[in-house]
Amino acid sequence: MEELLLSRIQFAANISFHILFPTITIALGWVLLFFKMRFNATGDDRWMAAYMFWVKIFALSFGLGVVSGITMSFQFGTNWPGFMETVGNVAGPLLAYEVLTAFFLEAAFLGIMLFGASRVPNWLHTLATFLVAFGTTMSAFWILVLNSWMHTPTGFELRDGIVHATDWWAIVFNPSMPYRLVHMLLASGLTVAFLIVGISAYRRLIGDRSKGVRLTLKTGAWLAAILIPLQIWAGDMHGLNTLEHQPQKVAAMEGNWNTSTHVPLLLFAIPNEEKRQNDFEIGVPNGASLILKHDPAGVVPGLNDFYADDGTALHPPVTPVFWSFRVMVGTGVLMLAMSWATVLMMRRSGGVDGLNPWLLRGLVAMTFSGWVATLAGWYTTEIGRQPWLVQGVLTTEAAVADVPAPMVATTLVAYLAVYAVLLVAYITVIFRLARKASDAEENRPHSGAAQVALVPAE
Amino acid sequence: MTLFGDPTVWLPLAFAALMGISILVYVVLDGFDLGVGILLPLGDEDEKDRMIAAIGPFWDANETWLVLAVGLLLVAFPVAHGVILTALYLPVAVMLIGLILRGVAFEFRAKTSGTQKRRWNQAFFAGSVSASLAQGYMLGLYIMGLQHTPASIAFGVLTALCLTAGYGFIGATWLIIKSEGVLQRKAIRWARRRLWGVMLGLGAISLASPLVSERIFEKWFSFPSMILLAPLPLMSGLLVFIIYTALKHLPARDDKWAWVPFTATACLFFLAFVGLAYSFYPYVVPEKLTLYESASAPESLFIILLGALFVLPVIIGYTILAYTVFRGKATELRYD
Repeated sequence: MEELLLSRIQFAANISFHILFPTITIALGWVLLFFKMRFNATGDDRWMAAYMFWVKIFALSFGLGVVSGITMSFQFGTNWPGFMETVGNVAGPLLAYEVLTAFFLEAAFLGIMLFGASRVPNWLHTLATFLVAFGTTMSAFWILVLNSWMHTPTGFELRDGIVHATDWWAIVFNPSMPYRLVHMLLASGLTVAFLIVGISAYRRLIGDRSKGVRLTLKTGAWLAAILIPLQIWAGDMHGLNTLEHQPQKVAAMEGNWNTSTHVPLLLFAIPNEEKRQNDFEIGVPNGASLILKHDPAGVVPGLNDFYADDGTALHPPVTPVFWSFRVMVGTGVLMLAMSWATVLMMRRSGGVDGLNPWLLRGLVAMTFSGWVATLAGWYTTEIGRQPWLVQGVLTTEAAVADVPAPMVATTLVAYLAVYAVLLVAYITVIFRLARKASDAEENRPHSGAAQVALVPAE
Repeated sequence: MTLFGDPTVWLPLAFAALMGISILVYVVLDGFDLGVGILLPLGDEDEKDRMIAAIGPFWDANETWLVLAVGLLLVAFPVAHGVILTALYLPVAVMLIGLILRGVAFEFRAKTSGTQKRRWNQAFFAGSVSASLAQGYMLGLYIMGLQHTPASIAFGVLTALCLTAGYGFIGATWLIIKSEGVLQRKAIRWARRRLWGVMLGLGAISLASPLVSERIFEKWFSFPSMILLAPLPLMSGLLVFIIYTALKHLPARDDKWAWVPFTATACLFFLAFVGLAYSFYPYVVPEKLTLYESASAPESLFIILLGALFVLPVIIGYTILAYTVFRGKATELRYD
């Protein structure tokens, strides 16, 4: 039991750390392609400057993504041998396709994208940027196919307890895949939008008036403002899909114990699994029924339906699912408010120059808000899958390795220590790069104060 | 699917071959960039930048071969993947943390200066060394049948040191190609010093594997395989001689022959690998699990093979493209 919990924490720590960086690189690749194509179309150096600045952050994120991804491919064997033994026939090809189509595409063209601009023709550099962006997205596609299949497995049969693939089309396009993929890609877009806005706002606050920063702030703010309503809609659709296939997860997200109509949307509660009820409940009447069934009299499943006859819970642990869901939604609402406020203020009062310093500070504070929402979302869906590893096929407990608990604990502590240092270093270096870029901007002969005077507000 | 006979026979074999190629390519390619990391403290500040620049555009893709190799083990031989990796739990963790450290140090050192850059340089070195040591240790334990006896641990320590020397060696030969002047002369010296470690390692592995297993002894020292296999050690000896001679005479005028030590070393690694593969076939977990027993279902393997056959030529194509674009002597690495 102890090694099960430790192994779960270790896997969660590794994959949480890993997902931070793909979340950035998936969308940042496309943003870089956008910068490059704007440069190709307009010949404006500022777009290339934006490219050159953000490609460094891309490289840093990519490096961290690669090394933490290597850890993932070993984790299956070191801690979860039961997973591949049971579902390897399905998971194997999907993982193989991820490595083959995506990983190499990214890693090989990254060199040209980062260091090759002066060594290869311009078109090849643009193509390399496209292929890297395409590669990261394909990587996300295959891994989300596998992850979705673990939630809603289809297209297989069990022979002697081992999963055998029968229909690859059904496996790839399993019921939750389209929703999960769209939700994750949009999450990546939002994470990058707020990262770009946050860093650009920071550069404005330290006195950088260059046009490049204006461009990136505007690009990021518009990207965020457009994506967030799409994301809220996509999230809602994903929720309905989960209701259909994993009602116990939705019951935990809503903190709803009894299947009934007119279920309130809980804003606050402390779920109590022992008494099978919530303490200190504050809710909006009929809210959950409205959201999930679009009808106040809609029936929302309750956790009490998911108990075995002997009283063991067949639903996921309620508190973490309930709260991480609220953190995700709360961050999303904050993103909506901030991005729309920024865009409206820019339109009303003369572009980037019209932005209130306090709004800029708020945007800096939200630089990594995408990470918070993404992690909270993943915790909701992955903890919400428990006690299953593959819904209805394999329990998490059955897959764990027989490695002594102290050994798992030791490596867990080592990983956590390394991750903490790297995370601090990553964030520090990004802000340092921003300061350095702004300093260089000020010292340019054609930039700085003179530039601000010459170029009227956009 | 029955084109080549029984798919439960040829599919696992094909995947074993693919996995073998991946491991070999990994050992040569990541070997040289790990090796440059191992040699890093030996260069002065300026040289450090050029040493890093010599591996800069390549290391990401090089490391991906490890993911492919382990990935193939994972997807084609899932049972073996579990057995091997749980047995090597701690060295795997050490290797991973080492790879993480060096990977990120590579990025961070380029974006800092002064004391902090020095610290990331140290992290790059420490990560490279611990990853190499861990890989060597795992190789040793694997040869000893994944047992944790004092003898196998001692042998693991020996292979750990030898593989680290080997990586340092191939790193130095890579630097000979990618550098000039003082740094090149230094690299030649570093290579000369490490050649002995490589020979010791090859010798130790060649002696240990037949001694540990009677089956492997039989495979090598029975008639007529002994004669058929004779070219393997003979060619290895010849390669060592070529490397030794080349290192003695380099640098040549107009930078001729600078590619010889690296190429010959890659061939040497190839021969050593073929020898090991021959010894262990058909086992994937030594003396316990064969390829055929631990393979995934043929229909799943076939799906992966289709993808692999389509993608591998592409991968090889753009790997060559990347190496062509960044050919020649390493200059200062710039994002432009």
